[in-house]
Amino acid sequence: MNRLPSWIRQHLAALRAVAVLTVILGVVYPLVTTGVAQALFNEKTDLIGQSFTDAEGNPVGKYFQSRPSAAGYDMLATAASNLGPEDVVDAPGKPSLLTQVCARSVAVGRLEGVSGARPYCIPEGVGAVLKVFPDRAVSVNQACPAQPFVSAYEGVKVECAKPGEDYAAGRTVPIRGNATAVVPPDAVTASGSGLDPHISVAYAELQAPRVAKERGLPVERVNALIEQYTTGRSLGFMGEPAVNVLALNTALDKG
Amino acid sequence: MGWLFILSLIVALALVYKPLGDYMHRVYAGTKHNGVERVTYRLLGVRPDTEQRWGAYARSLLAFSIISIFFVYALQRVQDELWLSLGFAPVPDHIAWNTAVSFVTNTNWQAYSGENTMGHLTQMAALAVQNFVSAAVGMAVAIALVRGFARRGSDTIGNFWVDLVRGTLRILLPIAFVGALVLVAGGVVQNFVGPHEITTLTGNVQNVTGGPVASQEVIKELGTNGGGFYNTNSAHPYENPTAWTNWFEIFLILLIPVTLTRTFGRMVGQLRQGYAILAVMGVIAVASIVLTNVFELAGNATVPQAVGAAMEGKDVRFGVANSATFAAATTLTSTGAVNSFHDSYTPFGGMMTLFNMMLGEVAPGGVGAGLYGMLVLAVITVFVAGLMVGRTPEYLGKKIGAREIKLASLYFLVTPVLVLIGTAVAMGNEAGLAAMLNSGPHGFSEILYAFTSASNNNGSAFGGVTVNTPWYDVALGMCMVLGRFLPIIFVLALAGSLAKQTPVPESAGTLPTHRPQFVGLVVGVTIVLVALTFLPALALGPIAEGLF
Repeated sequence: MNRLPSWIRQHLAALRAVAVLTVILGVVYPLVTTGVAQALFNEKTDLIGQSFTDAEGNPVGKYFQSRPSAAGYDMLATAASNLGPEDVVDAPGKPSLLTQVCARSVAVGRLEGVSGARPYCIPEGVGAVLKVFPDRAVSVNQACPAQPFVSAYEGVKVECAKPGEDYAAGRTVPIRGNATAVVPPDAVTASGSGLDPHISVAYAELQAPRVAKERGLPVERVNALIEQYTTGRSLGFMGEPAVNVLALNTALDKG
Repeated sequence: MGWLFILSLIVALALVYKPLGDYMHRVYAGTKHNGVERVTYRLLGVRPDTEQRWGAYARSLLAFSIISIFFVYALQRVQDELWLSLGFAPVPDHIAWNTAVSFVTNTNWQAYSGENTMGHLTQMAALAVQNFVSAAVGMAVAIALVRGFARRGSDTIGNFWVDLVRGTLRILLPIAFVGALVLVAGGVVQNFVGPHEITTLTGNVQNVTGGPVASQEVIKELGTNGGGFYNTNSAHPYENPTAWTNWFEIFLILLIPVTLTRTFGRMVGQLRQGYAILAVMGVIAVASIVLTNVFELAGNATVPQAVGAAMEGKDVRFGVANSATFAAATTLTSTGAVNSFHDSYTPFGGMMTLFNMMLGEVAPGGVGAGLYGMLVLAVITVFVAGLMVGRTPEYLGKKIGAREIKLASLYFLVTPVLVLIGTAVAMGNEAGLAAMLNSGPHGFSEILYAFTSASNNNGSAFGGVTVNTPWYDVALGMCMVLGRFLPIIFVLALAGSLAKQTPVPESAGTLPTHRPQFVGLVVGVTIVLVALTFLPALALGPIAEGLF
């Protein structure tokens, strides 16, 4: 052993170290942890969100709806959208994050019978964004023959977007408009996990009248259940109040 | 409420600072070996009481890391032949290389999606093991450097195998075991369930899968690793189910990097020197966490304004503020775990995560890596201060001569070179550009983030970037290897040359390194160095996006 050159001894020690530590840390530790954990605690069953849609993907009216998910609530392909905060110009077959937000807002508004309007959105549910050139402006997210949401911008005429034309050279100007949003933020954004089990209290309250009507329940009863399945902030100051959608819907099904 | 969250973390860290810092000092300074350790050393064939010069220490460390890379690579390539593969195919060669390097270098960059690529055995026996030992390696290097300051006229800086084994078995493993149970109590899963289908309330089919998550999750944070069991990492409800597990995970991330400053103070025999280093880290960290919160809560960008809050890529149970705090903590250290997706952050919120990594992850930094990075910056600071008054600089009684400052400068230069050249090369070729998900300045930020994260061994990403291509797997893999091991070699060399010196007595001209003046100087030098290096790159990415 000691006659081997030192660099070989070094690597032999390394090899043995990897082997020994793998047994301790990679086999014994997780198995012992599993044993102790399963002896001490019960696994929770309502951690993972799911979508409450029919086979075609349309919302089922008698259920509270979950948040949008970039993963379609598939636990084998979890993902977030990863689209940036200034992703506002649609590309063919690839709506911008802004347009996705606007479209979701309109859809939720229609489902719940409230206004789906939001800042930077036009009523058709696309982002209100101009590409401004010296002599003209283009409402880039409105393909011709749509009527642009404004007729003129700083003295130049606003046109609809001709499919296939490249407007990249123009200055991007999102137009805020004067809408105020009724549909809450979590209803129009995709979660980080793609499996968000929760919605905000505001989004649950927005959905309560619809669920109550579909189920023939008094809305007070539904609101009481929302309150029951709302987790407050941990210790009063961590995180945000959140409503577990699966637990709430399961409770509604049980009556 | 978000402020109380930050404050409670600081209070909790303050409570464990003394006991854990002192405990770690006893671990590394002790001369006794316990029974398990004696058996381990015999199995390894090493003599635990023989000390190593810096060269031998470095060679042991590199040998261990190279063998680890081979092992993690091999296990991924043959996972289909072994147990618990869940039916997954062998990991493709370029992804397996990237992942092996990524976990051995404490980066834990993920070019793969855990839930559909890695079998349970690969996660446990390859990836989670490296979560432990790569952390222990970082701590060993930090301790070796501190010994360099603490010793007088010594040729040796410790024994790598002893430092590795003690750090793993006496510090990381016990905390991980307890922490894993805490996480399970919060709902994190710990089982061996594979992918299966369940029926949803509306009668549709949903894929679900379990795994030994808690045992891996805890060391992922404690070892500032960051590689998630699942693709969506600590946003995933099985990894981070509640607001309080979120708090606990941030606490674990900061725990060792913060308390090691106490260990440092103990080892050099002057607790106030440790407090000064802690103060530098604290000033930078608190400023960064607060700014990230402010930017995210303000939500200044078109989409967050349309939405009414920066909620894209964030989960409801955490909300905006606690997500921002996690994002800052994970990038101020070398963790790279995420509970929300930085790519969708506001331009300036996202810039903070980039800037934190560009600081070199020193406030408080990765386990061990943060301390040695900060001590190198302290060395550079006394040198700069020495230039101003025209005296030979010294730190903790050791002269910072030509050799020492060369090593410190080389250490500092490694990551900017890798980040800026890597980004430039990627922006200059098709394979590099193809990875962008977003367009314009944000697309550039994605590439810059990728190289910053890999070279600083962070592992988080602007996740839209498509990096599971051969070009990126190889390029980022190289950045991870060089960004980890070159600095380590320079630090160990520095430790060796400091250990040899006999301390010079303090004189009237000695710059006191425990006063607020010095703390301010180190903070200033850190920020100025980083700003000068990276401001042009930041201007092209997040600043251009945020100020348009």
